[in-house]
Amino acid sequence: MRELNLADLDDMALGATLLGAGGGGDPYIGRLMAVQAMETYGAVQIVEPSELDPDGLVVTVAGIGAPTVLIEKPPAGPEFVGAALALAKYLGKEPVAIMPIEVGGLNTLIPLAAAAEMGLPVIDADSMRRAFPQIEMTTFTLAGITASPMSMVDINGNVVIISTTTNQVAEKLARALMIEMGMGAGMSLYSMSVAEVAKYGIQGSMSYCVDLGRKLSAVQRGERGAFDKFLDFAEGKRVFSGKIIDLDRRTTAGFARGTVVIEHLEDPTRIMRIEIQNEFLMAFEDGKPIITTPDLICILDHENAGPITTETLAFGQRVDVVGLPCAPEWHQPGMLELVGPRVFGYDAEYRSIKGRNA
Amino acid sequence: MSRLRIGIDVGGTNTDAVVVDQDGNVLASTKAVTTPDPSDGIAAALKAVIEGIDKSHIKQAMLGTTHPANAIIQRKDLQQVGVLRLAAPSSLAIRPGAAWPKDLHATVIGPSAIIKGGYEYDGSEISPLDEQAVRDFAQKCKGVVNAIAVSCAFAPANYEQELRAGTIIAEELGEDYAVSLSHQVGAIGLLERENATILNASLFGVAKRVVDGFQGALLSHGLKVDSYLTQNDGTLMTAEEAIRLPILTVGSGPTNSMRGACALAKLSDALVIDVGGTSADVGILIDGFPRESSAAVEVGGVRTNFRMPDLISIGLGGGTIVRDEDGGVRVGPDSVGYRVVTEALITGGSTLTLSDISTKGDRLTGFGDASKVAGVKDATVAGALAWVDEQIQILCDRMKASRTSLPLIAVGGGSHLVPDDIPGVAGVIRPAHHSVANAFGAAIAEASGAVDRVYRYEAEGRDACLDDAKRLATEAAIRAGADADQVRITSVVEVPMSYLPGQGCRVQVKAAGPLATH
Repeated sequence: MRELNLADLDDMALGATLLGAGGGGDPYIGRLMAVQAMETYGAVQIVEPSELDPDGLVVTVAGIGAPTVLIEKPPAGPEFVGAALALAKYLGKEPVAIMPIEVGGLNTLIPLAAAAEMGLPVIDADSMRRAFPQIEMTTFTLAGITASPMSMVDINGNVVIISTTTNQVAEKLARALMIEMGMGAGMSLYSMSVAEVAKYGIQGSMSYCVDLGRKLSAVQRGERGAFDKFLDFAEGKRVFSGKIIDLDRRTTAGFARGTVVIEHLEDPTRIMRIEIQNEFLMAFEDGKPIITTPDLICILDHENAGPITTETLAFGQRVDVVGLPCAPEWHQPGMLELVGPRVFGYDAEYRSIKGRNA
Repeated sequence: MSRLRIGIDVGGTNTDAVVVDQDGNVLASTKAVTTPDPSDGIAAALKAVIEGIDKSHIKQAMLGTTHPANAIIQRKDLQQVGVLRLAAPSSLAIRPGAAWPKDLHATVIGPSAIIKGGYEYDGSEISPLDEQAVRDFAQKCKGVVNAIAVSCAFAPANYEQELRAGTIIAEELGEDYAVSLSHQVGAIGLLERENATILNASLFGVAKRVVDGFQGALLSHGLKVDSYLTQNDGTLMTAEEAIRLPILTVGSGPTNSMRGACALAKLSDALVIDVGGTSADVGILIDGFPRESSAAVEVGGVRTNFRMPDLISIGLGGGTIVRDEDGGVRVGPDSVGYRVVTEALITGGSTLTLSDISTKGDRLTGFGDASKVAGVKDATVAGALAWVDEQIQILCDRMKASRTSLPLIAVGGGSHLVPDDIPGVAGVIRPAHHSVANAFGAAIAEASGAVDRVYRYEAEGRDACLDDAKRLATEAAIRAGADADQVRITSVVEVPMSYLPGQGCRVQVKAAGPLATH
């Protein structure tokens, strides 16, 4: 068990932006919420599953909504605690810990605010260790754990409990409800025992996020050799450095899609194309897939190493494209059918970024 | 006889002024030192620049100034502000002033409240405005603070509640009580817009003094002219507006410099390099306006959603120190800065600087005593200039958005260092009067209008939505004084919103045009 301090939150927010892989919502608002909740209710403890009763109930907390609406209509706060309490009440059991489902983007820090208010620890695990656009895209789904029963609570305190046949249906219903709930809601889903978290969750993801943010912030401060240390830590690769020469963004069926084209800084004949569906999902050079989902594509500002999101992309930006391998827990049967390139409509094979030359 | 304009720019080091005719010719210019009370510098520059000019032809005066920016950076002369947010229950998880630097928070933020109100993305109400809460908050501020900043969720889409809150505050505290409403200040992003609105309200006193000083100086010379201040985006607002919206001037310096350089060179698309004593900044102008950076801009440590020119800076200037050691020639990054006028070899000092290298290399002439650099080795000069040329080429290359080669406009006291031939650059232009490019940029600034709101393409169709945004921006520009016949759309940005039904899209449009000659 260890206590999270305010400096950890800065690093965690930076790490979470990176793990957002271009999407996932700006963690900035989540960081402000976590700071306010920790100042009001006290610090948050991060625990390993082995420190808790294996039969104890773990509930997750997350926000669902449109990131662009969120920046005008930030959360009220009680919708997240409300979602956790509503689900626990439905299950008739007191939770022993809170867990994020998505360590990547805004949903990394929201569970901290809820945990502070509830006086519960946060388990150092999740089910994505990156951002993905849909609820069912978790290692829990691979393990056969159901997302439902799930709760959703809006800022006015309206509560909905849903029970679904599959996690894909949970995604569809939640998305429809979210719209009626004012484009933003708190939710709690994938409730499970501590023992199940230990078996099916991605372990250590909160700590990983803080460490990753810390390594990147050293790069931003211009420390000697920091970029290599950052890549070594994440087993990542810088695959391209270039300038954005074309950008096409559109919304299709509720998802922000788009393409960004980058021309190499040194060799203008080299062109990288990155496909967007809320997150950066595929990076191609010369038609050849270089980074493929579920590995992470991160675009960093070439000058200051600040992560660039799908919403802050701009024509003419000078960027580094970095590939990070997905969490090892993803590598199990069913991965490609759940989060591989073809799921998102790309006719390409998954090629792990790990162990390849850049 | 031509109609004349005066442009004045108050920078950190110098206060520059120019008189410009309607064709953009510089009739007079002056450069003075910025004074501790910048109003003195403005008065001195004005006096010098209009000497010999027929004052009856002067119709307009434009001021670009760093006063408000410095007030925030130095935490000086800021007033404390009441902060009212119309959004509850939304946003209660984040208090006003969250993440502000502690000292600035203590100086600026007074009573604050988040009350029921605000809008959804489609303009419908989150909750009706709690009018009694507005009255209660106004009474709480009475006698405690002299200004209130009001922000409201989705005010860029609907600002009825902000206007209503402003009316109620006036009913409670009087018509003259200072109120700043967020929809007038910033774009989408509630917390960032609220921050900007708070800073804006805290600058009311500073703004009033600047404008009074500016207009007083004009009047003392018998100049009864329209007076304007330049904004972050290089366009104008009236001095009266500037008193209400001083925050919109905090980034005008680099913008004026770049726009001035481009206009002096009579170009609308170009790279601009401003080389000073310590550093060189490179930016790019597209259609006469600087390309803006995409990152959130911090003002005095506070996150805002202003857009500022995208600039790259490196330590390369006239005062940059050159060392020739065992390992070869090393340039910078340290500099003697403005002390180059006494410390460089050519000015009788003992430090080898890039100005000395430039003199020995025949790039700088007519400054200092060239005989003082006779002893500098040719190899040192060649090594240092090779470094300079390479750095400038890299800067230009990094700034360009495409392979198309653009001309480079070189301005600033250290611009002699810029070589005439740079690979990938279509010629180097050194316009006359480049040392007063900032003041010239202020003098030629245009009136503008902007729109930033969320549209639903599914309902109206994309074209109709874009037309609506362009019409609103054009109307705003004309209201700001632009000539209706010459207004043009200067930028359109569309950002689709994920997970939003009805093809929601955030649309930002800007329009600008030269001032109407009424």
